[in-house]
Formats: sequence, structure tokens, C-alpha cells
Amino acid sequence: MEEKLVTVNIDGADWRVPCGLNVIEACKFAGVEIPHFCYHEYLPVAGSCRLCLVTIGTPARDRATGELIKNEDGSQKIAWMPKPAIACGTKVCEGMHVVTKSKLIEDCRKGVLEFLLLNHPLDCPICDKAGECRLQEYATAYGRGESRFIERKNVKPKKREIADGKIILDNERCILCSRCIRISRQLVGRDVFGFTKRGSKNEIAVYPGEPVNSNYIINVVDNCPVGALTEKAFRFKMRTWFLKMTRGISAESSAGVNTWIWSRENTIYRITPRENREVNDVWMSDSGRYTFGKFQSGERLTTARIDCSESSAGYALTRASEILGLGSVAIVASGYQTLEELYMVRRLADTLKARTYMVSHLRDSDDGMLVSIDKTPNLRGGFVAGILKTYPKGDLSDLAEKVRDGSIKTVLCFQEDLLSLGFDAKDFKKANIIYCGSLDNACAKEAKVSLPLPSEFEKAGLWINRQWRLQAFDKAVEPPEGVLADFDVLCAFGRLAAGEEYKTPSLGEIRSEMSENIKILPSGCEVPAEGVVIDSSEFANVDFPETNALHFTKNVQQ
Amino acid sequence: MSITVDRKKLSFLERTYIPQIIGGLYITFRNMFKKKVTLSYPDQRPTLPPGYRGAPTLVKDGDGREKCVSCQLCEFICPSKAIRVTPGEIAPDGKYSFIEKAPKAFEINMLRCIFCGMCQEVCPEKAIVLQNEFSLTGLSRAEMVRDKAALYAAGGTMPDKIKKWSRVKSNAELERGDH
Ligand code: SF4
Ligand code: SF4
Ligand code: SF4
Ligand code: FES
Repeated sequence: MEEKLVTVNIDGADWRVPCGLNVIEACKFAGVEIPHFCYHEYLPVAGSCRLCLVTIGTPARDRATGELIKNEDGSQKIAWMPKPAIACGTKVCEGMHVVTKSKLIEDCRKGVLEFLLLNHPLDCPICDKAGECRLQEYATAYGRGESRFIERKNVKPKKREIADGKIILDNERCILCSRCIRISRQLVGRDVFGFTKRGSKNEIAVYPGEPVNSNYIINVVDNCPVGALTEKAFRFKMRTWFLKMTRGISAESSAGVNTWIWSRENTIYRITPRENREVNDVWMSDSGRYTFGKFQSGERLTTARIDCSESSAGYALTRASEILGLGSVAIVASGYQTLEELYMVRRLADTLKARTYMVSHLRDSDDGMLVSIDKTPNLRGGFVAGILKTYPKGDLSDLAEKVRDGSIKTVLCFQEDLLSLGFDAKDFKKANIIYCGSLDNACAKEAKVSLPLPSEFEKAGLWINRQWRLQAFDKAVEPPEGVLADFDVLCAFGRLAAGEEYKTPSLGEIRSEMSENIKILPSGCEVPAEGVVIDSSEFANVDFPETNALHFTKNVQQ
Repeated sequence: MSITVDRKKLSFLERTYIPQIIGGLYITFRNMFKKKVTLSYPDQRPTLPPGYRGAPTLVKDGDGREKCVSCQLCEFICPSKAIRVTPGEIAPDGKYSFIEKAPKAFEINMLRCIFCGMCQEVCPEKAIVLQNEFSLTGLSRAEMVRDKAALYAAGGTMPDKIKKWSRVKSNAELERGDH
């Protein structure tokens, strides 16, 4: 459908903007910033903060005839509203005039900010929001810079744990924008927050009694414009200005939530949602924010092992390749691997004439939002890379049978824990198991050869989510010492076991080779910021277990 | 391009060097009888002017409260990356628990510090102050990294003019009538 455009005059210049936008969005379109606290693109308009005041006028019409009234010089007469109006609650219309830069508007903003700051504590040095706080930013940019308030400050309650202990509420800092109320209505599906008391005593409160019991409540922290709501897990850990943001994709489920990974000096401190209006809007689950924890604990595999004793990486690679050279190999790939790795696994399998397997990891249910039933981020990558034809089972009992009857002598396993997938300790004696992965799980401890690989935060790659959307993520931190690069390992196997003559390609080279061989991928695997949906008609008859959710309808090509 | 500089032709007296030697000795003897401007450091110590910028230290306020709230601004501003703050939370049963935040660890690497005073200038709590100490020695690199205890020992107390953190009564207290 053609978008209808209207002409709006913003600060004296005409702009063609889509009809139906509000004035804040229209001004953003024109590159003019209108400060705002309560307005949020993904929430209903509340109009409570009054910071977005602008002067608005519309073409004057004769009341009786509806004719446009002209000025004496023949230009259109503008009927200005007598007082400033809120930009968030006003939709653009044809011929609208907006003034955002005038003495009046400056004074309005100064006044609003002065009122908000009257009772605001001088908390910035201890406030976790400092550095990304709207009130700090706007007070600096539009405020009057000095307080005239000499009366006694109004002291509201400080620090309280709410939302099942996940969030700290500091009422002193709240500016009563009601975003948290609207977010929880939308994401939790019921009222969690509400206003109590009146006038200057007005405060935000949590409905008592019931636990909040929602996996989406931390989104209120991201979107609270001030430090009234802060996350307990991130509290006082690190100031935001030290943290480097890296583009990530949540590995929590096949929803493929876009994230920012915040790290400093190779340590990840938090994960927050990244806007993608096709996938997760600006939300993410609470559980997805802590997925880095498992790689920071002692559970990491950081040294290569042969027969359960530590060895040098080079020696372990050679040993593993020798074993692979003996033939009767099966390769177990994983839905946690990137598309590039799966492609290289496929290529290695062809070289070694090995059979490939993958397993599905399902959780109990799909939450209809951003945590799908599939726990792996890239199972569809297995289909695209040619490893899967049908939806895989949840375990590897077929493969375990083959190991037991002796037709498979070597199993090369990536990232999966065979012992929880139908193998038992006896099978590890019967066949040679080679484990390559980032976690030091039971399989790594029992395997003939174990090789340490990077976690998903320590590499760049492509994943395909439930919408068949190809999305790219970047490397946030360096892997710990001793960890090998995925492609080095995969190529070394090909080289040492089958005498293949090629040097380890770069990520770019793999991507272009992959896009040449797999027609449905975009050329060079160039992926725009919001990802790109690939043609999945080839896999139309595969029955995926994901059910309808935010931005996802089952069996519909998006 | 070369430039030829003409040398002045020296007179006979000048070529004997005697007037020059006498002139030099005159300066030497004149200074021998003047008041001394140097100190026999380290036996004699200089008197430092007010506002002298020596080693950065951490200070406490008049009540012995640690002023630093671990905002990490000094860590951010420090041009030589000498400061390392590990933020922490004040235990909820402490007298100052309402301030919520205090450093768990605070280190200044005195081998890196260039005594620039940026940290003092940026500190919103006036907690880090460059004081009089200027000569720091140690036998190892590790010894030159001052930890929180050493920084407070070096800093002492420095009472505030404005009692920013003295507690204001909350609405709830006012409603109960504890004026
Ligand atoms: S707690 Fe934050 S989001 Fe909620 S009303 Fe107050 S300022 Fe707004
Ligand atoms: S005086 Fe300068 S160099 Fe030394 S710690 Fe402070 S900011 Fe850093
Ligand atoms: S010394 Fe001052 S600037 Fe540095 S962390 Fe403490 S309060 Fe912040
Ligand atoms: S943004 Fe318009 S009133 Fe708050």
C-alpha cells in the first residue's frame, strides 16, 4: 500500500512526512529533536510529562463555508493554537505548522525541567542510570542549569526491591512518566505498577501481594527515562560509560532477539535489547539477559585434552585428525553453531564422507512472545547448510545404536553433550568421541579428544531465527587463552585427516563461498541491520514446533 | 643553502682570556656570600605552598564517613589510567546505608599517576584530594599501587562545608509528625 504523505512545515521548512505520525516522529523525520519523557514509540501516548510542548498551527478556514482563508499577500493564513500543545499527542495533518525553536518553547522546557528537578535527589554519582539518563541529558541541553528552590525537599521512599527481587525501585528519582505502567500492561498483560497519593506526594507503587511472575518485567528498567527503576543484577557493577556496545543476537531461543552486549576489558556486564521492529521491537526476556553467565563460570573448557589429560592444542588437533582419518565417522553439529560453521561442518562431512546429525532442544512451551519453544538460536541454519532435511529428534539414540553395532567408529561432536542425548559411558569406550565445544560438560570430560572453542560472545556469525530471518552478530569479547578458533579447527580436520590443500579462509571468504553455493542466501551474505528473510519454500513441509508469537505467525513466510 | 657567519676578530686582550676569567670568578665569589636558595634535600624539606598538588589521596569527612561513593568519574577522567575503582554496596545495617554506594576496592597506581589533579577536579564528593606528599618510593611495582586503606591513611579527614548527605526527613517521617 502506498503510504500517504502530508506536507508539514517544521520550523519554517516544508517536509513530506507519512500521514498518521505524531509531531515528535515527524520532527525526528526532519532531524529536529523534541525532548520527551513519557512518549515511547511502542507504547500508547500518555501525555503526562509536558516536556514535548511545541507551538502548532493549522491552515485557517472559514467556519461557515470551510474555505481556506488567505492572508493579504495571498499566502495561506495559519490559525495558531493559543497555547503550546504536546507534540506526542498531536498527529500531523496537511499544511500543519510546527514551531520548536522559540523563546516560548525554550521557556516551557526550562519550566518543566525545573519542576521535575525540584525534588529530584542529587543522586547521579550513585545512580546506575547516570550516563544514559534522559533527565541528565535534557537538563543539560534544555534546563536552566541552576536551582531556585530553597524550600524543604519532598523526600519520597528510596530503595525498594520489587518485581520478585529483580528490580530496585527508587521513588525519589521517579518523574511520574507512567512508562512502566504502560509497559507492564503491554508485556505482562496486567497492571503491575500504579500511581498512589496526590500532588507532590504522587508516587509510583507496585500492586501489593501477588508476585509479578513475568519474564519481561526488566524491560521497564531499560525504558524508565530516569534511575527510578534499576536492575538488581547490574546494580553498582559498572558505570555505563565504560561499557562497549556490541551487536548481538540472543542465543536463548529461535526468536533471534536483537541485543546489545555491554562489555569492558573483555568482561560482559549486561545484555539489553536492541531495536528491531521486525523481530523484537525494543523488548527482550529477562532470562535472555543472563546467558553470558554460564561462560564466565568455571564451566569453560580452555585447554585441549587427550584421553582426559591436558595436552597442547596442536597435538590434540593432530590426534583428533588421525582418528578422523580412520573412517566410519559421524558428525554431530549443533543449533548453537553459526551458519558459517554449519556450512564448514557440511563441507568437512563431504570430505570425510561422514554422516551428519543434529538434535533439537525444546523447552516446555513457547511463551508467545520472545522465548520460543526451540532453545537453540540456529536450528534453521542446519537446514540451510544442508545438514538437516527433516525436523531432528531430541536425542541421538539412532547414532548411539550405530555406535553400539559398530558401524560408526568415530563421533565428532560440536557443542553438544552426548551423554545427555542418549549416549552412555560405555559408548565412549566403544567409539572414539571427539568433542569440540566451549563448555566443560560431561562429554568433554569423557571424550577421547576435547578441543576448546569460543562461546557465542567470542565470535561473529550469522544465525537464522524462526522467521527464517538471517541475522548477523559481532564478536563482543576475546576468548580466554587457549581457546581455538572454530574455522581453524574445522579446516585443520579437513587438512590433516583428508589431506585437503586449503588454508583457513576468512569469515568474508566463507560467506561469499557459502552464498555462491546456497542460492537462497543473499550475495556475500550481506545482511542489513534488521536482518533479511530468506526464501524458505524449500523447507515448507518441515513441521517446526514454534507457535504464533510476537512478529511470528506459524507457517507464514514473513 | 649555506650561510657564512663572519667571526669577530678578537683583540689582543680578549685573546689572553684574562678579563673573561676575572669576570667569571667575580660571579662565583659574589654568589658565595649571598643567601642560599637551595635545600639539602632530603635532610631539609621544603615548605609547600597552599594548593600544592602532590599525591592523590582519599579523605573522610568530619564524622569519619568515607566520602567516596565509587562513582568512577575519577577513573574515567584520569589521563594516565592510574585509578581503578571497584564499586560496592554499603551493608544495609550500617549507619550510612542510605548512601547506598561505596568503593569495595580503590587503587591508584602511583607509577602511572602524573599528579595532574583531574581526579580531584572531577570528583562530585570532594573525596579524592591531591595533598602534600610528593616523594614516593617503593621496592617493587606492586608496592607502588596504593590500595584503599593506604589511600585513606595518606588522606586523613577533610570536613565538608556543605553537608550534602545529612539526612532530610522523608515524607513518611513528616506525616508521622517527627519534625
Ligand atoms: S518509575 Fe520510571 S518509568 Fe515508571 S513512572 Fe517513574 S520515571 Fe516513569
Ligand atoms: S592526579 Fe591525574 S594522573 Fe594522578 S590519579 Fe589523579 S587524574 Fe590520574
Ligand atoms: S573519589 Fe570521587 S570521583 Fe572517584 S569514585 Fe570516589 S566519589 Fe567518584
Ligand atoms: S512526551 Fe509528550 S507529554 Fe510527555
